Amino acid sequence: MTVDKILFAFFAALAVASAILMITRRNIIHGAVFLITTLLATAGIFLLQSAEFLFVVQIILYVGGIMVLFVFVIMLVNLDVTMRLVQFNHQRIVAGVLALVLAAQVGFAFYMGRNLLPPASREPMPAKNTEAVGAALFQHYMLAFEIASILLLVAMVGAVVMAKRKV
Amino acid sequence: MIPAEYYLMLSLALFTVGVIGVLTRRNVIIILMSIELILNAVNINLMAFSRLWSDVNGQVFAIFIITDAAAEAAVGLGIILAFFRNRETVLADEMDLLKW
Repeated sequence: MTVDKILFAFFAALAVASAILMITRRNIIHGAVFLITTLLATAGIFLLQSAEFLFVVQIILYVGGIMVLFVFVIMLVNLDVTMRLVQFNHQRIVAGVLALVLAAQVGFAFYMGRNLLPPASREPMPAKNTEAVGAALFQHYMLAFEIASILLLVAMVGAVVMAKRKV
Repeated sequence: MIPAEYYLMLSLALFTVGVIGVLTRRNVIIILMSIELILNAVNINLMAFSRLWSDVNGQVFAIFIITDAAAEAAVGLGIILAFFRNRETVLADEMDLLKW
């Protein structure tokens, strides 16, 4: 068992365990902290897949940006009343079983198609990962990049309008 | 090197946990966080295939997905704040103004 297999097992177990804890906790703040753990473990997985740029983006943007936003909103809307209520809705059993059936279907599809995957390419990823991502982003995907920036602008305006007391 | 199937299985597990969270929880903030989890599972898949072909395009798509997640979180949390100000609740099954 090589080092990267051990690292993969560690990060994968951490990600799945804290994801399960995230959706079962009664206190939302605890859920947010467990989601942060999942995101950090996912960042570790990205590093194992030699995606160094995405590793940094994941930590700075997800853990540093989005999760801070979540924690702020949780503090603004956190009601002690909510914590004492039933946490799951009345369709929980049907919904859980259906989600597991969906997972079994997709897993079965993976199992049937496991030989269709090409063998992993022997050549390593481009050595300068950030340069390669930047070149692809600003040359081939320039239009998509601009559309994404407009999307972010619209989302920013929308968030301000939604959170304003009086429109 | 770790085979791509392992990453696909991990991604499937995270996706399933996210779907269960979206379908069964009552708290809207947990539902939004589960959606973030689902988007993360997709990113793991993209990375796995990017690694499989030693091609950097998958990582560019993951950047776009992270952008989408950020936009979705900002607008979604704004909606939750506005709704909480009007109705004093964050429970999904009490958001039934359009139901009759």
